[in-house]
Amino acid sequence: MVTIQNLHKKFGKNQVLSGVDLSISEGGIFAVLGPNGSGKTTLIKAILGMVIPNKGDITVLGENIKKNPEYRHKIDYLPQIANFPSNLKVKELIKMIKDLRKPTSEDQRLIDLFKLDPFLDKKLGNLSGGTKQKVNLVLTFMFNSPLIILDEPTTGLDPISLIRLKDLIKAEKAKGKTILITSHIMSFVEEISDEIVFILEGKIYFKGSISELKTKTQQPDFEHAIASILTDNHA
Amino acid sequence: MKYSSLILLAIFMVNTAIAQTIEVCKTCPINTVKKAISQAKDFDTIIIKKGTYKEHAIIIDKPLTIIGKNYPVIDGESKGEIIIIKADNVTVDGLFIINVGTSYTEDYAAIRVRNSKNFVIQNLVLEKLFFGIYIEKSRDGKVYHNKIIGDAVEEYNSGNGIQLWYSKNIQIEHNYVEHVRDGIYLEFSDGCLIKNNTSTLNVRYGLHFMFSNDDIYQDNTFENNGAGVAVMFSKRIKMYNNLFKENWGTASYGMLLKEINDAEIIGNTFEDNTIGINIEGSNRIIYKHNNFSNNGWAIKVKGACYTNTFTENNFLYNSFDIAYNSNVNDNVFDKNYWSNYTGYDLDKNGVGDVPYRPVKLFSYIVNRTPETIILLRSMFIDIIDFSEKVSPVFTPDNLLDNNPLIKKITW
Amino acid sequence: MLKILKYSFYDLMRSRWSYVYFAFYLLLGIVLLFLNNDLSKAVITLMNVIIVLVPLIGTIFGVMYYYNNKEFTELLLAQPLKRSSIFMGQYLGVALSLSMSLILGLGIPFVFYGLFQSSAIWDFSLLIITGTFLTLIFTALAFNIALSNENKIKGFGYAILLWLFLAVIYDGLFLMTLIMFEDYPLDKLSLIGTMLNPIDLSRTLILLKLDISALLGYTGAVFKQFFGTNVGLIVSFVMLSVWVVLPVSRIIYKSKKKDF
Repeated sequence: MVTIQNLHKKFGKNQVLSGVDLSISEGGIFAVLGPNGSGKTTLIKAILGMVIPNKGDITVLGENIKKNPEYRHKIDYLPQIANFPSNLKVKELIKMIKDLRKPTSEDQRLIDLFKLDPFLDKKLGNLSGGTKQKVNLVLTFMFNSPLIILDEPTTGLDPISLIRLKDLIKAEKAKGKTILITSHIMSFVEEISDEIVFILEGKIYFKGSISELKTKTQQPDFEHAIASILTDNHA
Repeated sequence: MKYSSLILLAIFMVNTAIAQTIEVCKTCPINTVKKAISQAKDFDTIIIKKGTYKEHAIIIDKPLTIIGKNYPVIDGESKGEIIIIKADNVTVDGLFIINVGTSYTEDYAAIRVRNSKNFVIQNLVLEKLFFGIYIEKSRDGKVYHNKIIGDAVEEYNSGNGIQLWYSKNIQIEHNYVEHVRDGIYLEFSDGCLIKNNTSTLNVRYGLHFMFSNDDIYQDNTFENNGAGVAVMFSKRIKMYNNLFKENWGTASYGMLLKEINDAEIIGNTFEDNTIGINIEGSNRIIYKHNNFSNNGWAIKVKGACYTNTFTENNFLYNSFDIAYNSNVNDNVFDKNYWSNYTGYDLDKNGVGDVPYRPVKLFSYIVNRTPETIILLRSMFIDIIDFSEKVSPVFTPDNLLDNNPLIKKITW
Repeated sequence: MLKILKYSFYDLMRSRWSYVYFAFYLLLGIVLLFLNNDLSKAVITLMNVIIVLVPLIGTIFGVMYYYNNKEFTELLLAQPLKRSSIFMGQYLGVALSLSMSLILGLGIPFVFYGLFQSSAIWDFSLLIITGTFLTLIFTALAFNIALSNENKIKGFGYAILLWLFLAVIYDGLFLMTLIMFEDYPLDKLSLIGTMLNPIDLSRTLILLKLDISALLGYTGAVFKQFFGTNVGLIVSFVMLSVWVVLPVSRIIYKSKKKDF
C-alpha cells in the first residue's frame, strides 16, 4: 500500500527523518508512535506530499508520489489542528470539499453520527474545538478512499464521540481499508491498532504488533512498553 | 438735416463721378493687375475677377481700392515680392496670394506696406509664403480678417506671418496665422492693437514684441506654438483675455517676459503649457484675474524681478505653481486661489487661515538636476517639501500668499 | 485553481476586512469629493493617496491572509490538488477581492458624482487600472514574504519594511543618486530607476496624465521619446505586467519546494 525507502528530511539544521524504511501492507490499522518531535507528523506529511523529502522515495498504491498529485484522491487525511476559514459555514465547507474532490453522499450519515445537524448553519469561527474536530472527521471519512491517515483524531472529542470514532475506524477497517493513525492516547492506540510503528530519532525503531512490542521490551502492558523504550534510549 | 444729407449726396455723386471702377479679368481688355494700376487714377477701384494672375512686384503707388471677386489668385511664381504698397489710403481686399520668393538676403513678403498711412488689408488668403504681410514705417492702418498659412519647418529659412517695423497705430484683428516663424511680430512699433487673432503651430512665437511700447493685445488665441508670446524689451504693454494653450517643449512657454516694465496682464488663460509665464528681469507688472491651469510651471521667475503683484489669479493643478531660481523675493502674492492649498478656513471668511507657500523645494531641486522631475508626486518629495515649508532654507521665506482664497475666483 | 479562487474570494467577500477596506475607500472618495467639490482635483488627490496606500494595504492584507489561512491551506494540500493551483487560487482570491473593494469603493461615489459626464473619466480609469496593478503586485510580494517566513512577526516586519522601502526610502536614494551624478546624462538612469520600483512606475503613469506639460520641459532625447509619445505608456504597462509576473512565478516556484 505505502512503501518508503531511505527517507531523509531536514528542516534547517534539524535532521528530522534520517533514513526511514517502511512498508505498510494493505488492510489494517497502523499506529505511528514516538516521542514529541520524533518525526511522526513529518513522516505522514511526506506521504501526503506536503513535506518534500531531501532524499528517498515514497510509493503509494504502486505509484511514486513525486509530481503527481492525483494519488491523493485515494487518501483521506485528518490534519492535526483543523483551522478552517472562519467566515464559512459548516455546510458550505462540506460542500466546498466535495466540490474540490468528488461528490459523495456519505456526509449526511457522518453528520448524523456526530450529531452535527444543529451546527450546519454556524460559521466555523464560532465553533468549539471539539465540534471543529467532528467537522474535520466528517470531511475525512466522507470520501471512502482506500487509505486513511488520521493525525491525532481524538483531540477535543467527548467520550461518546470517541466511541463513535472508534466504531467508525473499525467499520472502515472491516471494509478492508488501510488506516494510519498517530495518537498520544495509548489506550486508544492499544484498543484499535493492529500494528504499531515506533519512530525514534528519525528512524523506525520498532514495527510490529503490540504483543511483539511487549515481548521485546519485557513489559506487561503497552504503556509501560512504550515508556521503557523511551527511558532506555534517553537514560 | 435735410441740408446736410444733400451735401452728403452731392459729395457721393462727385466722388462716383470722379472715381472710376476698373475691371480686370483674363479676357478683359485689362488682363493684368499691373496694367490696371498703371491706368487707374487716384481713388479708383480696381475689381479683379476670378482667375489666376501670374504677376509679381505689383507696386501700388497711388491711393487705390483693389478688390478681388471670388478670390482671384495672384501667383508670384516664387520670383520675389508680390504686392508693394507705397501710397497712402490703399485698400487691398479679397485676394488669394501664393508663391512668394524665398531669399536669405531679402525679406520677401506677400504684401509689403512701406511709408503708408490709412491702409486697409483685409480678407486675404496667403499661402506658400516667406513673409506674409510686412508693414514698415507706416501708420494708422488696419490688417483685418486675413488667413496666413505657411509651411515653415526651421527658423532660419522662414519668415513671419504679420510683421510690423517702425510702425504706429496699426490694428491687427481677426487674423488667422499658422506655420510661419513668428505669427505676428512687432519691432519698434508703438500704439498697436492686436485683437481676436489666432496664431497657432508656428515655429517660433505666436506673437513677438521687440522694443515696442504702449501696445495692447487682447482676446487672441496662441496655441501649440514653439512658444506662445514673447514680449521683450518693451514698456507698458497691456495683455488682456488671451488664451495661451499647449505650448509644449523644452524652453517652451505660454508667455515670455524679458526686460518688460509696467505691463498689465489681466484676464488671460494659460492652459497646458510647459511653462505658463517665464519672467526674466521684469518689473512693476500687474498680474490679475488670470487662470493658470495644468501647466508644468505656472510661473517661472528668473533673475531680478521687482515689485510685481499677483492678485486674484487662479492656480489650478499645475505641477509647480511658482519657481524661483534665487531665494530673494520682492514680489507680492495676495488673494490668489491655489488648488494645491491644503489649509483651512475656520472663521469661514473665504480666506485660508494659514498662508500658502507657492514655491516648493522640489522645484529648486528640479532646477538644479532636471532629471529629478521623474520623482514628481513621490511621497519622499512630499516629505522634503513639507519640511522646507516648515522652515524655508532654499526658497524665499517671505514668498507667501497671506490670503489664499478657499474657492476658485470668478470674475 | 478556479474553485480555490472562488472559495477564497467568497470567504474574503464575507470577511470584516473586505468591508473595512471597502468602507475606507468609499469614505475617502466621498470626503474628497465633498471637500474639493471638483472631480479633477479629487482624482489628483486620490492618485497621490492610492500609489502609497494600495501597496500598503496589499502587502499587509496579503501577509495576514496567508498566515491566517495556514491550517486551511494544509487541509487543501492534503486534497488532490496541485500546489500551484492552491496558492494561485488564494493569491488571486485576495488580490481580486482587494481590487473589488478599491474599484467599488471609489467607483460608487464618483459615479454618483457624475463621473461619466466628466472629462476626468480617463484619469479615473487610469487610477483604477494602476490601483489594480499595484494590488496584484503587492499582494504577490506579500505572498512571497509569507511563503519564505514561517514566523508571523518576521513576515509582517518584512512586509512593512518592503512597503516603506519602495514607497519612501527608494525615492530618497534615487534622488540622492541623481543629484550626486548630475554632471552626467541621467535620463536613461532615471527611467531605469523608475522601472525597478512598481510604485514609481505607477507614479510615472500618473505623471504622464497629469504632468505631461512639466515632463516635456526636460531636454533629454530619451525622456522626450518616453514621455512625448505612447512609448512611455506602453513601456510602463509592460513593466507593470512584468512586476506582476515575476513575484507570481516565484509564488509558484516557492510553493512547489515548500514543506508544510
